[in-house]
Amino acid sequence: MIEIRQLAKAFALEKGQKLSEAELQDVRYTGRSFCSVRDVSFNCNNGEVIGLLGPNGAGKTTTLRMLSTALKPDAGTILLDGKDILREPVLARRSIGFLSSNTGLYGRLTAFENVAYFARLHGMTEVALRQRIDELFTLLDMHSFASRRAELMSSGMKQKTAIARAVVHSPALVVLDEPTTGLDIMTTQTVLDFIHSLKVAGTPVIFSTHHLDEVSSLCDRVVVINQGISAFNGSLAAFRQLSADGDLRQAFMSVIKQESV
Amino acid sequence: MWQVYLKELLELSRDRKTLMFVILLPVLIFPVIFGLLGLVAANVTASAQAEEHKYVIINADKAPAFAEQLFYHKNFKQVSTDLAEPEALRQAIRDGQFDLAVIIPADFAAGSTELAQSQWTVIYNTAPVLDLIGNYLKDLVKDYSRQLQLARLEAVGVTGKQVDAVLEPVQINKVSSAENRENLGEKLGGWIAYLLVPLCFMGCSYPAIDIAAGEKERGTLETLLICPISRTSLVLGKFLTVLTTGLATALITVLSFGGWGYLIGSLAGVDVVAKAMSALGFGDLMLILAMLIPLTMIFASALLSLSIYARSFKEAQNYIGPMSILVFVPLALALLPGVELNWKTALIPMTNISLCIKELVKGTIDMGILTLVIASTVVLAGVLIAFCVNWFQREKVLFR
Repeated sequence: MIEIRQLAKAFALEKGQKLSEAELQDVRYTGRSFCSVRDVSFNCNNGEVIGLLGPNGAGKTTTLRMLSTALKPDAGTILLDGKDILREPVLARRSIGFLSSNTGLYGRLTAFENVAYFARLHGMTEVALRQRIDELFTLLDMHSFASRRAELMSSGMKQKTAIARAVVHSPALVVLDEPTTGLDIMTTQTVLDFIHSLKVAGTPVIFSTHHLDEVSSLCDRVVVINQGISAFNGSLAAFRQLSADGDLRQAFMSVIKQESV
Repeated sequence: MWQVYLKELLELSRDRKTLMFVILLPVLIFPVIFGLLGLVAANVTASAQAEEHKYVIINADKAPAFAEQLFYHKNFKQVSTDLAEPEALRQAIRDGQFDLAVIIPADFAAGSTELAQSQWTVIYNTAPVLDLIGNYLKDLVKDYSRQLQLARLEAVGVTGKQVDAVLEPVQINKVSSAENRENLGEKLGGWIAYLLVPLCFMGCSYPAIDIAAGEKERGTLETLLICPISRTSLVLGKFLTVLTTGLATALITVLSFGGWGYLIGSLAGVDVVAKAMSALGFGDLMLILAMLIPLTMIFASALLSLSIYARSFKEAQNYIGPMSILVFVPLALALLPGVELNWKTALIPMTNISLCIKELVKGTIDMGILTLVIASTVVLAGVLIAFCVNWFQREKVLFR
């Protein structure tokens, strides 16, 4: 289980940086800093899939980067199974798997080498990593291209390799940042099947997306982030109820409009 | 850290550009370029030396012996002209009618016993760096003057050994206190550093761009940052990779040039390499390579810091391009005449290493100054590595 309480993160603006009209309208630009995330709180229980929604630039990626310990929050707490991951980021990283549509692979390494490299960085022994990789490659049907260099793979093969890399260390939590953006239908399905398999295995998943059909088919809970604040945090059913006819798009718009008012 | 190091090396070893910079360039491309340059220079010199220059001589009858020497010189061919005035002759040379005009004064008398110096005028194009006509004339005039000197001295009764005593009463016999090695070091030492140091820099630059800015561009950096290893280990793994490629380039170049030198030397019957190696001991060679280690550390940490700051491969190249010019400035300083290794120059980064290499090759190194050079370079390398590690912890650098 993961609990996120009152996360906040600001970035210093470069000297002389000119702001666009839209940025000037954004309340998060204060003097010389940009408060990307101001107050985000939610929690995710084991076996739950949380869909993180929000307009572009709302603070979703910054939130997920803080969850994955790539960025350090200015305020707030993140508890993973009761442990504060901000105090022990290196140890916490053993429990987190991260994937996004932009996640690259090392082009000159094979599928096996890419996955094995991260397994070693996670401290796995050679015997354990070979066993785990064999298991994952069977699950994702990757044995046929295990020795192929990433630069010579199709996008579907690359995404499967990226998935295997993200979960090779059997993480207690999986964080996905817009994992299907820009992918074709077949590759998208691979990612969705992967999220479903995590759900079945009882691994909590937090993923940001703009695709409401994915939310509808996979998520147990929904969190809407708008202008750096978690504007909605509840079950998928409660989210549907925000719209008269249960339409997720309308529900999303009602949260955004409410916040803007 | 070692996992990162081994993986980076494996990946770089599969990269064509890295292989080209680290192996192909010093092993094959550099020797071919230098070989071709040497060949072209030798050909140009040979054809210039074989060239025949057309000349005219005014008042040849006044110095028939000189005119005859000029006539039989293999690089001169006499042509005739009606011109006699210096300005007209100069214009004719500019117009390409002939290459040289020698004007012997009308009042010159070779057999005269009157002791007076005669002023001759020669007109030719003195612009070319290789002043062949000037050199030929100098030799001819020297021979002719010697003939006149002998004739005039004989006329006054000076003969045999007395001639040398009159013409050259004091002769200096130069005995150099410097060993052959010192001479060789003075001439070649500075250039060795001029070759090795930029090679270390070049060997570091491409891998530094690839494993820092390239990692950002490929989208693998973020994944790496959330692995359970400290960012210090991460950056040190990358640093060691860049250091290895920088040193490997220098080492491969030295071995390559040694190998090519030996091959060419044995084919041409000149054992240049054996000569150079006998002058330079194994210990000195190791010291030169040891000095390159802290220097390459400086390059590796500075280049890695710049590269990780860049958003993309291209941006990193834009930063590193001008930096390479900065490397040549202190090296050029070390080549200037009069710049020597002392307690002050020992503190100028890169210049100090360059001067040290020169002194090592000469065999005149002061161990106190050598220690200071190594210590100051190690301290600077340490500061830059610490900066690089610190730089790698900053979010505004990693997530620009």
